[in-house]
Amino acid sequence: MTAPALHVDNLSLAIGDTVVVDGIGFSVAQGEVMAIVGESGCGKSITAQAIMRLLPPAIRHVGGTIHLGDDDITAIPERAMQAIRGRRMSMIFQEPQAALDPLATIGAQIAEALRQPLSRTRPAVQKMLEEVGISDPGRRIDQRPFELSGGMCQRVLIAAALISRPTILIADEPTTALDVTIQAQILDLLRRLAIERQTAVVLITHDMGVVADIADRVAVMYAGRIAESGPTEAIFAAPRHPYTALLLASIPRLSDIPKSQLATIEGRVPTPAEYGAGCRFANRCPRADARCTSETPKLRPIGPARLTACHHAEAMA
Amino acid sequence: MSGRLSPGIIVILALLAGFVFAAAGADLLAHNDPLRQSLLMRLRPPGTSTATTSYLLGTDDLGRDLLARILYGARASLMVAILSVSVSLLVGAMLGLLAGWFRGWTAILVMRFVDTMLSIPAILLAVLTVAVLGPGFLTLVLVLGLTRWPRYTRVAYAQTLQVVTLPYIRAAEMAGCGPVRILLRHILPNIAGPLMVVATSEFGLMILFEAGLSFLGLGVQPPYPSWGSIMAAGRQYVQRAWWLTVFPGAALFVLVLCVNLFGDWLRDRVDPQSRSR
Repeated sequence: MTAPALHVDNLSLAIGDTVVVDGIGFSVAQGEVMAIVGESGCGKSITAQAIMRLLPPAIRHVGGTIHLGDDDITAIPERAMQAIRGRRMSMIFQEPQAALDPLATIGAQIAEALRQPLSRTRPAVQKMLEEVGISDPGRRIDQRPFELSGGMCQRVLIAAALISRPTILIADEPTTALDVTIQAQILDLLRRLAIERQTAVVLITHDMGVVADIADRVAVMYAGRIAESGPTEAIFAAPRHPYTALLLASIPRLSDIPKSQLATIEGRVPTPAEYGAGCRFANRCPRADARCTSETPKLRPIGPARLTACHHAEAMA
Repeated sequence: MSGRLSPGIIVILALLAGFVFAAAGADLLAHNDPLRQSLLMRLRPPGTSTATTSYLLGTDDLGRDLLARILYGARASLMVAILSVSVSLLVGAMLGLLAGWFRGWTAILVMRFVDTMLSIPAILLAVLTVAVLGPGFLTLVLVLGLTRWPRYTRVAYAQTLQVVTLPYIRAAEMAGCGPVRILLRHILPNIAGPLMVVATSEFGLMILFEAGLSFLGLGVQPPYPSWGSIMAAGRQYVQRAWWLTVFPGAALFVLVLCVNLFGDWLRDRVDPQSRSR
């Protein structure tokens, strides 16, 4: 394997003095789809924003590095960062219709990523629209977002994100606002373009179904830390962290008895203010013992290309 | 914008077009020179005609054709209003955008300056400045333009604060747009509607200010005609020559009314929620 397209190492983010993302690390190779899964508030979205270096003012970067190729983007000036955004890294969002300027034509918005007016880039933009599966691109190119459906808007955003051939694409819940059939089409499209263009995709989601669909590898986040990471198939087949196991168990299945109780994880995610010593999942974990509440489990290798942060990982095999 | 225009707005638009046409085509429409005096023909009533020419709206105290003077006066009114609204819109919108973008100290400084400006009576400030700089067309435009920008700033500031939080601004940042591009290409077009509504209501006010200042002798200078100065000159003859004050006054009234009604209509189109109020 070549050097990773994106390598995040020991990244920590804080709001005031409260550390909300605690030393997470992962890397993504070219053409690979890497999913970050977790519940709301576990820190996955601000991790994505930290990679783009567009954190809300309240959140501080307190440690760790983010390497894009050979460049550490935590240490370069803002001007250089502007040149990287949209060129070497792009992002797509949860609500495609809201992420497009209502008054600009979609062609102009795609051309913006190329830093050139549409008049000069029209053929390239049109070709890109065709590539993301928009029918009649010659007409669509001059339309405005309100004339397009949500799924088409997401395709437009993907076109805008990929037209400059970025090294990495961050997709923050790209299908949450779409209905299930469109969701599958968009995921297929992302997967296909990632492979074709050798783009590394970081997919932020809370949906295990989405992960199973397109991710090569997955990192499960819980309360600001990575609980477990590894190849998608291996993790789905044999989770080595109780949280992952419970998440997988809570997916409803067609074989479930109708109207039976859905599996849930008891309790709730601790807020950053409640983070204490030990494993943050301990208060909800069926395997928790005294060691879990006193000693923080380190993320350690377990099996090929797999990491876990659980004292009891061996017992789960 | 879609939908059919109501008959009322068609009348308003037609009248406004008429005023613009009158101002732009004054050279063609007036068959007398507005500056040519003819003391033998002074203070003739409307409808007077001679062997060589006719005075549809009568003549003033120096025998000049009132119709011609009103047509050229419309040009002065509209020119001053257009230019001063442009100046204040430019200054006001820019400051509002900057305050809304940077927030913090920039916003505090700009918005407190706006509050200060709004607490000074604009007409008084205008009179003072003209008195210091000396009257003239350019002074008039600058004075009106530079005293009337705070309302645009308030609107632009409030709208910018709202628009910057929308996801597409963030998306533009993620796409690598710099702040200047985001402000001008993504925020400005999206706050242009409310700014245009303010601009039309200010437009009517500017016409009144121009007339008021010219009436006081601080605006367009004689012998060039302006509705305000025509009325000021006609004031002393009001018992013998009513047409000197009535016609320019009526023109002023109808124009400002049309502009304001147009502004109301525009506001309803831009912000349909305000219609019920």
